[in-house]
Amino acid sequence: MKVAVLRFPGTNCEFDTQYAFEKLGHTTELVWHEEEKLPDSIDLVVVPGGFSYGDYLRSGSIARFSPVMKAVTKYAQNGGKVLGICNGFQILTEAGLLPGALKRNNNLHFISKHQNLCVINNDNAFLNLCEKGEVLNVPIAHADGNYYIDDEGFEKLESNGQILLRYSDENGNPVVVNGSVTSIAGVCNESKNVFGLMPHPERALEAILGSEDGIRMLKGFEA
Amino acid sequence: MTTAIVNVFLKEGVLDPQGKAAHHALDSLGFKGISDVRIGKQIVLQLDIEKEKAEAEVKEMCETLLANTVIEDYTIEIR
Repeated sequence: MKVAVLRFPGTNCEFDTQYAFEKLGHTTELVWHEEEKLPDSIDLVVVPGGFSYGDYLRSGSIARFSPVMKAVTKYAQNGGKVLGICNGFQILTEAGLLPGALKRNNNLHFISKHQNLCVINNDNAFLNLCEKGEVLNVPIAHADGNYYIDDEGFEKLESNGQILLRYSDENGNPVVVNGSVTSIAGVCNESKNVFGLMPHPERALEAILGSEDGIRMLKGFEA
Repeated sequence: MTTAIVNVFLKEGVLDPQGKAAHHALDSLGFKGISDVRIGKQIVLQLDIEKEKAEAEVKEMCETLLANTVIEDYTIEIR
């Protein structure tokens, strides 16, 4: 696979993301936010984590107007696969490529820890190597991860299988981590080619560092 | 010169964790009888456009960038 990794002023997970995909045998290319075009013949665009534009106004609200995001929107509308991690998830919701919004954590803390996640839907290009109901251990690190969507939007997400992951205990039961609606940690769009999650799969690649569950998540895109 | 004052708040029904924390703190300090606290942000714009045209222009700014209408409401005051 060839993976384009976006870079905005304030992005800080671009090298981790490159490392992760290269470790899995793929080629990556960093794409600066001022670019108006994505590289040719790519298989995936990743919007990595960080603090684009210092999280000013709202997380992701300014990055989403970068020239490169126009290209990403077009790419996604043509069926291209896009993955937003953490700040990338926030940028994709601000851009309207994913439903809902991410608010300040309900306890107002920056939460940084390993967290269990329950796989809710796996019939998609991202989590197809994971089992439904499986519990994954992946780090989270965010202040604005409190996922909000109105009732009508939530029903659509649920009936269309767009909820990817929920924060859970080790048995897969949902737990409140940041106040997200029904503990949602990740969602996809209706056509299931745009994915967003607050946890960092690119930081869960080595058992010695606490977990290698991120490998199966990111490898899902190979299929 | 026209001044536009935009107030952005989380929508009614969307939990405001900062407001809730401030409410709790005020209560602990002995300020009773507060039924709700909501924290928003105020954005003040100086505009080189006539007052009559300012409202529509600022509304577009709010819808595009200044507010996220999925979770936020806004008010505009033109001076």
